[in-house]
Amino acid sequence: MSSATIDSTNTALRDNAGVAEALGRNYSAGFVTEIEMTGLPPGLDEETIRALSAIKREPEWMTEWRLAAYRHWLTMPQPDWAKLKMDAIDYQAISYYAAPKVAPKSLDEVDPALLETYEKLGVPLHERAALAGVAVDAVFDSVSVGTTFRKQLAEAGVIFCSMSEAIREHPELVQQYLGSVVPTGDNFFAALNSAVFSDGSFVFIPKGVRCPMELSTYFRINAQNTGQFERTLIVAEEGAHVSYLEGCTAPKRDENQLHAAVVELVALERAQIKYSTVQNWYPGDENGVGGIYNLVTKRGDCRGDDSKISWTQVETGSAITWKYPSVVLRGDRSVGEFHSVALTHHYQQADTGTKMIHIGKDTKSKIVSKGISAGKSNNSYRGLVKVEKGAERARNYTQCDSLLIGKKCGAHTFPYMEVKNPSAIVEHEATTSKISDDQLFYCRSRGIGEEDAVSMIVDGFCKQVFRELPMEFAVEAKKLLEVSLEGAIG
Amino acid sequence: MLKIENLHARVAGKDILKGLSLTVNPGEVHAIMGPNGAGKSTLGNVLSGRDGYEVTAGSVTYDGIDLLALEPEARAAAGVFLAFQYPVEIPGVNNTYFLRAALNAQRKARGEKELDSMQFLKLVREKLKVMQISDELLHRAVNEGFSGGEKKRNEIFQMAVLEPKLAILDETDSGLDIDALKQVAQGVNALRSPERSFLVITHYQRLLDYIEPDFVHVLAGGRIVESGDKTLALKLEEHGYAWVREHGEPAGATA
Repeated sequence: MSSATIDSTNTALRDNAGVAEALGRNYSAGFVTEIEMTGLPPGLDEETIRALSAIKREPEWMTEWRLAAYRHWLTMPQPDWAKLKMDAIDYQAISYYAAPKVAPKSLDEVDPALLETYEKLGVPLHERAALAGVAVDAVFDSVSVGTTFRKQLAEAGVIFCSMSEAIREHPELVQQYLGSVVPTGDNFFAALNSAVFSDGSFVFIPKGVRCPMELSTYFRINAQNTGQFERTLIVAEEGAHVSYLEGCTAPKRDENQLHAAVVELVALERAQIKYSTVQNWYPGDENGVGGIYNLVTKRGDCRGDDSKISWTQVETGSAITWKYPSVVLRGDRSVGEFHSVALTHHYQQADTGTKMIHIGKDTKSKIVSKGISAGKSNNSYRGLVKVEKGAERARNYTQCDSLLIGKKCGAHTFPYMEVKNPSAIVEHEATTSKISDDQLFYCRSRGIGEEDAVSMIVDGFCKQVFRELPMEFAVEAKKLLEVSLEGAIG
Repeated sequence: MLKIENLHARVAGKDILKGLSLTVNPGEVHAIMGPNGAGKSTLGNVLSGRDGYEVTAGSVTYDGIDLLALEPEARAAAGVFLAFQYPVEIPGVNNTYFLRAALNAQRKARGEKELDSMQFLKLVREKLKVMQISDELLHRAVNEGFSGGEKKRNEIFQMAVLEPKLAILDETDSGLDIDALKQVAQGVNALRSPERSFLVITHYQRLLDYIEPDFVHVLAGGRIVESGDKTLALKLEEHGYAWVREHGEPAGATA
């Protein structure tokens, strides 16, 4: 076990005194949709949970499941081990349910204001306008407002719907798998999510099926004073393959909003799940006011032999990011991967990484983490590689690179290793670099302006991770990084 | 095309250039020689606009404009190119992509149409042939994992693609074995033209066996102390730089 903290001392790059374009102004997803909403008043007790469950017309077992989680949550302290400065969250001041007043029955009935919202975000919900080969579930505050291409998917035997719907329509599957990867009492935020989760996506790929298109969920927080607590569950049966992508945005608001999600992935024998995230929650303004608290538990279970789960994330948003997408390598020869780009600017804070738990024999994991810090932000990688006693010949390779822009940001690395099997091979490589004066001058002497030079260097730094993203999203991720870095240097 | 008059420059509080004057006409190749610490590399860096090099007196006129007033990228667009003594690595950024971004940034700044990938590829293929460089170099990240010789050849290749009007070669011969030196020199010679001028900064005479200069200047103590034709370089080789100090009168050289 080792940990290292490296602070940037690059005097060569001046802070941008006249920050030409404040990041806040560049956050193009920061608009608010005017739509009539319904919801629960702020506050949290057992009645809130019963009311939420009733609105969603849930069966009794679901209500009880939530209540058990809530009771457990009450006994837990909020964790404080992450390298994050966070204002205390008043859980009674949050509304736990907000939804557009008119519930659409099908995509054709979705409120035009909502359609326009997703259009503006580049996620058209009309199937004819939609991205070719990508099915989308759109979650607006606490509810799913529509899922595209359901018919085509159903023909392949794939279930792709909102979690609320899955609880009603496929209770046996939900009961079998929900909470089987992240138990209700796993951690403080997972317990809270289990008690109050409102919506999210449910994906089920039956035995032997390769999902015919990319699946994607687009999460949007719109309402004020609400938290978003989504719950996603993806199950790939024997030999099934699926690639899933989530995107997230929220309006600009001065108060912090809470987003506490739980994502569970189950891969049975020979199944493969690829889960990609482009997270662009509102990061707060250049003075650190506002922004989303993104406190998320994501875990995949390689339950069957020869299964594979890979997480790819591009994290550019949120005032605070606290997430560690993990893989439990239970099946023999199973493979876990984690590819991450986390960018922080201004006063953003990220404490993110992964856990790879090797249980099965000949299991393999690979971690590639790229942290970019600019402004006065703090960016930490925190990772655990655990090799259990029976994990013969387990292998892990970890590469952890940090890039600093400016002299007031911080990059920190906290890699933990617990190896209980002597045949395991665990490798860790870490680098910290700055965008050097020499690199910038080299680009400029060839005619490339300073801002373009910075985004080119950053893009090169992230290449290994971008390569893992589906093509359309790699382009989007690159653009997002450019916008997020505007004004990072002078 | 380039007129340097009484140039004084300071680096980290230390005066390095102390009254350097030099005139370069189109198509001329000028070699700047001198002992270590004479200010050779400072001259290249000042001309290309590197941060940290403070000009305290004098002027540099390039094509009738005040070169020192321009940002480095504007100087590049105006046709000034510096081949680095130590080319910089940019991990993950493809060499071809970098070069195309550079060329198009320059073209855009000059109000010319940017080249699309096909046009650019065609240009690159032509230049590769002239430079005798394998196209494997193109698929790698900028200078990453290049040998010393490959880095220097890549600089000359960039020069070939960017087609500058004034090329400054900063100790391009340093760290090269004789074969690599010949290849680099061939590349430079292929780019000589009546419109293109070169400032060849070097410590040793041997590069000038392959790139024949029109003029040779000796830089010592921050100014040019001796100017002549290529035979001056040979004299230097024979007698060493000590000879210049005894023999030469400090003088602003014009050519």
